[in-house]
Amino acid sequence: MDSGGILGLTGAETAGALESGEIASDEVIGAWDRAAASDDLNSWLWLPEAREQEEATGAPVAIKDIFCTEGIPTTAGSRILEGYLPPYDSTAVAKLRAAGLPVLGKTNMDEFAMGSSNENSAFGPVLNPWDRTRVPGGSSGGSAACVAGGTALWALGTDTGGSIRQPAALCGIVGLKPTYGAISRFGMIAFASSLDQCGPLTTNVTDAAMLLSILEGRDPLDSTSTGIPGGIVPPEGEDLSGLTFGVPRSFLEKGVDPGVGDVFERSLTEIESLGGTVVEVELPHAELGISAYYILAPAEASTNLSRYDGVRYGMRVEERDLVEMYEQTRSLGFGREVKRRIMLGTYALSSGYYDAYYARAQRVRTLIARDFETAFEQVDFVVTPTSPSVAFEIGEKVGDPWTMYLNDLFTVPMSLAGIPAISIPAGLSEPAGGGPELPVGLQLAAPAYGEQKLLNASIALEKSIGFEGRTGEVGR
Amino acid sequence: MIDREQVAHVARLARLKLSEEEAGEFAVELSAILDHVDLLASVDTDGVEPTTHVVELVNVLREDVPGIELTVQQATANAPESEDGAFRVPSPQAEA
Repeated sequence: MDSGGILGLTGAETAGALESGEIASDEVIGAWDRAAASDDLNSWLWLPEAREQEEATGAPVAIKDIFCTEGIPTTAGSRILEGYLPPYDSTAVAKLRAAGLPVLGKTNMDEFAMGSSNENSAFGPVLNPWDRTRVPGGSSGGSAACVAGGTALWALGTDTGGSIRQPAALCGIVGLKPTYGAISRFGMIAFASSLDQCGPLTTNVTDAAMLLSILEGRDPLDSTSTGIPGGIVPPEGEDLSGLTFGVPRSFLEKGVDPGVGDVFERSLTEIESLGGTVVEVELPHAELGISAYYILAPAEASTNLSRYDGVRYGMRVEERDLVEMYEQTRSLGFGREVKRRIMLGTYALSSGYYDAYYARAQRVRTLIARDFETAFEQVDFVVTPTSPSVAFEIGEKVGDPWTMYLNDLFTVPMSLAGIPAISIPAGLSEPAGGGPELPVGLQLAAPAYGEQKLLNASIALEKSIGFEGRTGEVGR
Repeated sequence: MIDREQVAHVARLARLKLSEEEAGEFAVELSAILDHVDLLASVDTDGVEPTTHVVELVNVLREDVPGIELTVQQATANAPESEDGAFRVPSPQAEA
């Protein structure tokens, strides 16, 4: 099989062809190494110059540069980690390697996973393969762009408030945020520890399930990890009969671009044509999600990022005084958005403001989680558009933080509730200002540990929607 | 609302050195963000338990046996400056 043939296989097909001996391990790795090197979207922060002989059982995986990789530079998209070579592998990467899936390279991202456009990377923005004047979404922008652009088969990302689902939607691929705790966070550079979760970005639902089945599991090195009871098997689903899908209409009124709304309505018709029942549900507190999130996540980040002080790793600005060294190092090492969130979080936790902001946001988080519990008494899934708009132009939203934050309006509530949610490509829509059509994502959320049901429903929808990727291939 | 004086105080707590320009911009931006966040005050949260963590786990313990550890050499390998297996930093009492 030639290189082009290898690049055209799905994850499952690649594994099958390797097992039968139809293709060899070094052919698969070589084909993907050449594909990755051909990237012109700034998707990659690191690619190997040479490889040791590796025995692959499947295609190598693109790894967001937030996962520690032994002896391989890991930056989290920040200057402050310049020169850092982790002494160990994160559990997620170790599990992939143990399953015979090598590291293809490390992908670009918003600094410390803070952003929805990849414009906050210290190493430059990533371009959307559908339209190079537009963002790929973020913070897992490099991971989404390389998969959609064909320079990787599949990728790992992280999602704190939408950082897997939103870029997957904007790039026309599948992105899954599992239940909080399903996958170990050990060796995953921390942003907001009560929200951070690792997950796959793939061209199709079956491949997402394949990676999840390898990654999930309890890890003694992360005491908050639980795995998924019963594990994950290859998803199967032809129809949606007997399943109920809840649409939070009043929440969606908070702002969806008309084109995105049209594609979403067509998805609901698709669900019904597959035998599913669509009903309205109320999530009365979901619209407060962004407000609660922008207290809780920065608060956790402000403490997590206190470790970057020029002492143990990364860069240092030489000063004669210790505190001066801390301040100069952090001020030069962190980018603008990271500083903004450290400031916001420090303020919210500071004496006199703690109860008004942090404690109140934690209580609102409880109310949002309860809204989902109530909804799931009536429905199997909650469905929304993944993002209020299609991919926006580079530079369009950088001047106004809150407008940028609203990209995650529909993804943040699931993160706060800790429940699993997937974004699958639902169709194409013109941007609000006109121009070529761009991908729209459909988000489905399920109760905690409902990943298998979520994947089964997603595969039935994927077949029936028949979304054509950028290359024109259906369900590659 | 957050004024420049508060910005300077918070920056000190966070060990960030902001330029005059940055401090002014942060005062405006953070105030705008907090205006939106103030929506939280509109909800009745009396009697609602705060969520610190979504997974209900209690006392996750491990066996009390030595596990994989980093060697001193590995632990200090990434430090900008180290000496005899320790991290080297400037004096906390230097004249600024």
